[in-house]
Amino acid sequence: MSTLLSVTDAHVAYGKVEAVRSVSLEVGANEIVTIVGANGAGKTTLLSAIMGILPLKGRVAFAGQDLARLDIEDRVAMGLGLVPEHRELFVTMNVEDNLELGAFRIERSKAKASMERVYALFPRLKERRKQLAGTLSGGEQQMLAMGRALMGEPKLLMLDEPSLGLAPIIVADIFRIVTELRAAGVSVLLVEQNAQAALKIADQAYVMELGEFVLSGKASDIAANERVAASYLGFQHEGESVI
Amino acid sequence: MNTTIMLFLVQDGITNGAIYALLGLALVLVFAVTRVILIPQGEFVTYGALTYASLAAGQMPGTAKLALALGIGAFAFDLFVARKALHGRLVVRSFIANVVLPAIVLALTLSLAAQKPPVAVCIALSLVIVAMIGLYLYRIAFQPLAHTSVLVLLIASVGVHLALQGLGLLFFGAEGQRGPAVLSGAFTAGALRFTGQSITVYAITIAFIVALWLFFGLTLYGKALRATAVNRLGARLAGIRTTLSGQIAFLLASVIGALSGILIVPITTLYYDSGFLIGLKGFVAAIIGGLVSYPLTAVAALVVGIVEAFSSFYASNYKEVIVFMLLIPVLLLRSLAAPAVEEEKD
Repeated sequence: MSTLLSVTDAHVAYGKVEAVRSVSLEVGANEIVTIVGANGAGKTTLLSAIMGILPLKGRVAFAGQDLARLDIEDRVAMGLGLVPEHRELFVTMNVEDNLELGAFRIERSKAKASMERVYALFPRLKERRKQLAGTLSGGEQQMLAMGRALMGEPKLLMLDEPSLGLAPIIVADIFRIVTELRAAGVSVLLVEQNAQAALKIADQAYVMELGEFVLSGKASDIAANERVAASYLGFQHEGESVI
Repeated sequence: MNTTIMLFLVQDGITNGAIYALLGLALVLVFAVTRVILIPQGEFVTYGALTYASLAAGQMPGTAKLALALGIGAFAFDLFVARKALHGRLVVRSFIANVVLPAIVLALTLSLAAQKPPVAVCIALSLVIVAMIGLYLYRIAFQPLAHTSVLVLLIASVGVHLALQGLGLLFFGAEGQRGPAVLSGAFTAGALRFTGQSITVYAITIAFIVALWLFFGLTLYGKALRATAVNRLGARLAGIRTTLSGQIAFLLASVIGALSGILIVPITTLYYDSGFLIGLKGFVAAIIGGLVSYPLTAVAALVVGIVEAFSSFYASNYKEVIVFMLLIPVLLLRSLAAPAVEEEKD
């Protein structure tokens, strides 16, 4: 399997405080990779730095090319997409305009087909295509943010906490769509606090604690790891109170 | 007061208000997209007006040379920023846009100026020259500061305003100038007399507002500009360059400024420093619109124009004071509506 994204010995700092220390990771083609970890472990910081929003020390290569000198917009044009935690939608514009702008770097002729694909993945968005993005529900906004990123035809989509604050039924929907993306040839780098759901659909997984990766391997192995189970999956030992 | 005077003052106010509306819209646009409060908007007005008047009088305007000088500066900035990853295509593209283009316009201006070109040619040349100045100013003064706070951008904006005003004195002298009317002739309707020029002002203002509305509502680049204004990070993640949006915003602002100048210079004598006050009235309208609302800004601009017309009739010594006092109740209301003012985190 060819490597799509490779991060080597990455450090990200806010001033003197290092939020991410010596992190290396790889995402292959057609692969779902997840980074799980507690709040404040540095997951969002790492994704932002890979996208070029925060400065990163170390090496990041995408599709064999070093990203060091490239701006966010160039990374988008290369096929790297990020759906940030706060979604960053154009709230005063309607759903269709949001999607259309997602294809800003794509040829006009292809954008139409892209939009049909996104509507097929998220029929809800099609129903609400003339509605302002700011008036959508949380789940619909998440779908729109993912849809907008997909309009740019990314090879790798990075999702930051897509399930945060959403109803369980919508979370299930979003995770189902993530697996559909893999089937359609889009790799996914998924950052989640909901480790159980993330590990279920991922191929590879990394566990992040206090800015460092403490464990990595096949998602199924990580899910079976006792320490992970105790810390992140919320499994209870026998005899302990469930509440 | 009789009705004729009142109608006359309202008409006068609407003519001026239309100009303030254009300027106010440009200010809102530039602020929304780049967070720059464009104090030099008034200089775009005077540069446009006086370049047009100079050309029509058969004189060579210094602004054409300024455009080339700024273009060379912008080219140098491009080279410096890309110094570690220079490649041929980038250099050639930047050279053509920043040096070759203004050089051609300068050559054209030099050859045409002496022969007193027709009005249409004068307008076109003035617009192109001021548009280039606006674009290169963005590259030199504002693009390198794009990530800084609103206050830093405001200070840069004041600096650019002072520099342009000084250069204006150098180029055009301290004497006032008037330009030829775009459309001559006049007709009367009842007690009111409409000159060709005031009709042109209305027509162009309405046409520009409709064009802007179509641009923002229907075209991809217009939507990209709105997107940048709504959410800068979101726009970047969609692949929209903030520098591109900034360039379009400055281009539009400088063209609107120059056009306003060309529209008023046949009606009023303009001096090298007249633009500041005119721009400031557009600014009053923009503030009433909260620096975000286009329709509110346009309506406020008409109110500013009409208030100005009436106060210059009744208390001409205080006309500026009265116009700027319009701001106080608006600011008071706004501060009551939003008591906590936070510096935007960006």
